[in-house]
This record gives sequence, C-alpha cells and structure tokens, in this order.
Amino acid sequence: MKFIAFHLMPYADLDLSYTDRYESAWVTLPNSYYDPVKGHALYNRYLDELEYADQLGFDGIGINEHHQNAYGLMPTPGVIAGALARRTRGSLAVLGRALPLVNNPCVIAEEFSMIDNITGGRLIAGFVRGIGAEYHSWNMNPAFSHERFGEAHDLIVRAWTETGPFHWRGKHYDFRYVNTWPRPYQQPHPPIWIPSQGSRETIVWAAAAERKYTYLQTYSPVAAVKKFLDMYREEAQKAGYTATPEQVGWMAPVFVGETDASARAEAQPHIESFANKFLRMTPEMVRPPGYLSLASANAVLEAKSSQAGGARTIDQLIESGQLICGSAATVRDQLAEHERTLGLGHFLALLQFGTLPHEATMRNIERFARDVIPQLRARTPVTV
Amino acid sequence: MSSVAAAASRSTHTVEGTQVSVLRGGSGPPLLFLHGSDAFTDWQPFMAELAGRFDVIVPDHPGFGQSSTPPWLDTIGDLAHFYRAFIEALGLHDVILAGHGIGGWIACELALRDTRDLRALVLVDAAGLPLTEDGVDTFMLSPEALRKASYTDVSHAPTDDAFLAQQPKNALMTARVAWCPRFYDPQLAKWLHRLRLPALIVWGEQDAVFPPRQAETFAAAIPGARTQLVAAAGHLPHVEQPQAFAAAVAAFIQGGLK
Repeated sequence: MKFIAFHLMPYADLDLSYTDRYESAWVTLPNSYYDPVKGHALYNRYLDELEYADQLGFDGIGINEHHQNAYGLMPTPGVIAGALARRTRGSLAVLGRALPLVNNPCVIAEEFSMIDNITGGRLIAGFVRGIGAEYHSWNMNPAFSHERFGEAHDLIVRAWTETGPFHWRGKHYDFRYVNTWPRPYQQPHPPIWIPSQGSRETIVWAAAAERKYTYLQTYSPVAAVKKFLDMYREEAQKAGYTATPEQVGWMAPVFVGETDASARAEAQPHIESFANKFLRMTPEMVRPPGYLSLASANAVLEAKSSQAGGARTIDQLIESGQLICGSAATVRDQLAEHERTLGLGHFLALLQFGTLPHEATMRNIERFARDVIPQLRARTPVTV
Repeated sequence: MSSVAAAASRSTHTVEGTQVSVLRGGSGPPLLFLHGSDAFTDWQPFMAELAGRFDVIVPDHPGFGQSSTPPWLDTIGDLAHFYRAFIEALGLHDVILAGHGIGGWIACELALRDTRDLRALVLVDAAGLPLTEDGVDTFMLSPEALRKASYTDVSHAPTDDAFLAQQPKNALMTARVAWCPRFYDPQLAKWLHRLRLPALIVWGEQDAVFPPRQAETFAAAIPGARTQLVAAAGHLPHVEQPQAFAAAVAAFIQGGLK
C-alpha cells in the first residue's frame, strides 16, 4: 500500500459562528469571512505541511480543486502544484481537476503537462466532475456534467497522446487546432486517477478495460468504501480482467496521538468543525438537478426518509470509519485491516482537517510518517 | 365561463421519435398549453374552465412527466422545433398557443420561428427574457421553500405521490434547458420584437420567481401585447386562480385578440 499526504487547504480561520447567519460554507457564504492576511499565512503554512510530509517519506502528496467556499482554498490547483513541484521528491497528485467546469479542457492538458515536465514525471493526474455546489458557484449546467466530463477526458487524453495539430469536433467542444505544448513528460501520459463519492456511472467508466483508471473513494464510511471498491472490482471482472490493488484507493482523515484517548480529545473539535461547518451544504447544493443520473436521483429520493440528519460527533465518525483516530498502534491496526478487507493499493491520509492547527498537523504528519508507514510497509500485505 | 368540465383523456402520441403523453379535453378552437418546470399529473381546474370554450391540449414536454426523453433534447429551441412538429402531427390549425414559465419561453421561440397554424399567444409568468430584478433561485430552494415562493397559498401546491415521483425527472430536464443563462436566451431578447401574433401576457401579482415587472418587459418587447395581472396569485396564476385565468384568456380571444 502506498501513502499520500493529502491536503484540502481549508480556510481554518473561519468564524464558525457563521452558521448563525448562513446555511453553508459553500456558494453563498460572503467572502468577507475571508481575511487575506490570514490567508497568506495559511497558504504558506499548508505548503510547509505538504513539503514536510514529502521530506518524511510519504510516497506522494495530494491536492485538489474547489471553488468559492471555506472548505478548500485551491480554485487553481496548478498554482499550488507549481509551488510544490521543485521542493518535493515524491508523487504530486492533483486529485483532481473538475473537467466539466472548464470551457476549454485543453488548459487542463497544458497545466498537467507543465507540472509533469517540471517534476520529471511525478504527476498523478486526477479527473473529477466537481462537487454539486460548484455547479451553482460556476453556473455550469449540472445536467451536462457527465457528458462534458466524458468528452473533456477524451479530448485531454488525445491532446496528450496524438501529434498535433488536430481538429477536435465534439458536442460540447470544438477546437480547430489542438496542439499541446508542452507534451507530457510521462509516456503515453501521466497516470489518471478518478476520485469520487461513489457514482456508479463513474465507477463503471473508470473500471472499463480501455481505461483501468485508479479509483479513489473519497471521505466515506468504511461500509461505503467497501461497497464501491467491490463494485469497481466487479466491473473489472465484467470487463474481462482482474483489478489490481493499485487500481483502488481511499482518502480519509487521520489523527495519530499518543494514546487513543488523547488522540480523540485533541482531534474532536477540529474533525467536528470539518464535518459540521466546512462540509455544511444544503441538499440542493450537493445535488443540483442533473448532477446525478435520473436513476441515481430517484434512488436518493427513495433513500431520503432513511437518512439520519443532524450534526456528526467524533464518536460517530470513528464508529463509521470516516475518521481513523488513535494511537499509532491503533491507526496501524486499522489501516492494516482496511488494506486487507478493502484490497487497498493507495491510502490518502488527510492529516489536516477543519480547524486543526499547524503544530498539531505537523505532529500528526510526523507520527504517521514515523510510526505508521514504515511498519505497514514492512509487512507482507494479505488482501482478500 | 362554463364550469362544466368536459371529458378529459390522457393519450400517447409519437412525434419526432418521442412518446408524448397528452391530456386533452373540451371542444372549440384548439388551445395548446405548454407547462412550466413541472408537468401536470392530471386534469386541472383551469383546464376544466378552459374546456368549456376550447379544445384544451396539454402535453407533457419531451423529457418531462410521462413523456419519454429523446436523445436530441438539449435546449428550449429543440422543444420549439418539436412543438411545430407536434402541431403538424395532430393536424391542429388556428392554435391558441399558451405557455407558462419555460412553456412560455418555448411558445415564444416557436412563434418567432413559424406562425403557421398559430392564432394567438398567451404567456403566463413566462421565462425567456432576462430578469430586470432577480427572483428567487429556484434551483437552490428546498421543496418547501420552493412551494412558498411559488404560491401565495401553499395549499394550492400539488404534493401527491405521483407529482413528487416525477419531480427529479422534471427538475433534471428543467436544468438541462434553462440552467445557463438562467431561464432566458439573449437571442430571444434581441428578436422578440419580430413576433407577429396577437399576444396576451398574464402574470401573478405576487410572483416571487419571475417578479411581475417581467410582465412589463414582455409587453414592451412584443408589439401590441395586452397585459393582465392576476390578483392573489404567485408564479402559477392558472393554478391558484383558475376562473380568473380562464376568464382572461376567454376575454382576449372573444374580444378580438386585443
């Protein structure tokens, strides 16, 4: 199993009492809540944290893209990747660019090629559809999300692999001259990973024999991770091949403390701020019409009555496995078990979440790098 | 206005490869009513009111309600072309073309393309032109908030299982054709002055979705259009005040389309 230190770069200085006046940290939370002086400090702090993880021996570091919210301050991930490219050694995973949100996907082909060239082939290229709320923030039509994702992907891969110029004629994009300079460093193109919350359409697409893209389940209860990774493996079998562990991964927040009790006490306010303040969205933001296929939307409608609402506690998050929290031994044991039962090839540790301060984040990175990764690497994994 | 509901039926027609479900009842000149973001699950009081004087035809748009979803459906313009084919397929002539919300937008696009077989246009709290003042963002509202924004009296809002069950389908297709630009087409604003058809503009006085000032915008754009505001009605005056709505339509048609 390989380990990536993942970061969301939240606006950790958020005034959490915003919920007295606003319903979400996304789309409509006024940007007067953002202080650029604090933001300057946060960006540099977060870059330090990722560089530190790279120095301590993670296999790679990971970043992503979000727009117009306090949850993640990387609307242009290429800027962050550029800042990290020359000061890190491991993989640089951009997980990912939201393809349907851009009107010219060639800019993503270019941006990823640049990172791949600067890093000498350390880029992992993530493609996502973006969070539903971002279709509000970007005013992009969610009912074309799947179509645009598919077409933008096809265009980017062709722009990476075919000698240009060529004419791209599609439904959503038409470019007379596609001729990507620079071409990607890795041949035929950087590895493509597909992070998702568990869309069946996305899993079927990623597992297809002509793609075999690594599928990442993002922040989810363990039962859901198992369900969707199994779905991926089943789709691979249907497509006539057996998926390897390297084709599946999971991203989860992790906190490693001295003891289980101290870890829980230290992580509690910060993971609860993550779950209840930073991730706070209305159903209409999460699922704008058309973002899900009609079959998926109808399934959500039917499941609604059984969904538990209300704020999440750290105990619920630990119980469901959404948060991995405890002493190094506890975290090691849980990850070893997850590796075995989930068949994981990649684990992305979110070591800063919500309001977790810098010093606690650095200790968390250290403990994970020193007391979890080497021991798990040393064992021979037994997967289901 | 007769209060006797003429017999209504639901039938399915195949037009442009699409199975279109159609409510129809009454007798008289054909009145084709194009619904807004939600298809009607059954015969409505306003349809019954109109059916005393008109042959009332209310299709579920392709991709909405009980109609099938054709692969060609991406824009309001697609639906305008479709309804031209629908009018031909049903052999309709001298049609009073009415539309509410996006249905009004479709009606405008159709009438600008081709006025053959059309007699008059009735726009009801219509989409299609940019708003001069923002209404609520219907895509951001919870179902409860949307009902409150749409009706002056929420008891007028349908909440039956059949209606709720088809809402994801209706919402998806509404987003597909109207998400961006939000409920309008800049081309329509440029060319609506070319419309050559008598037009009645009906608007709920308390419409919070498309505020009533929008009625003036349509009236200014369409040469000779007549405007009728409906009291005690929000975004769906035909649902909230069926008699007043039907009376306004009848007066317009019988009054010589002036």
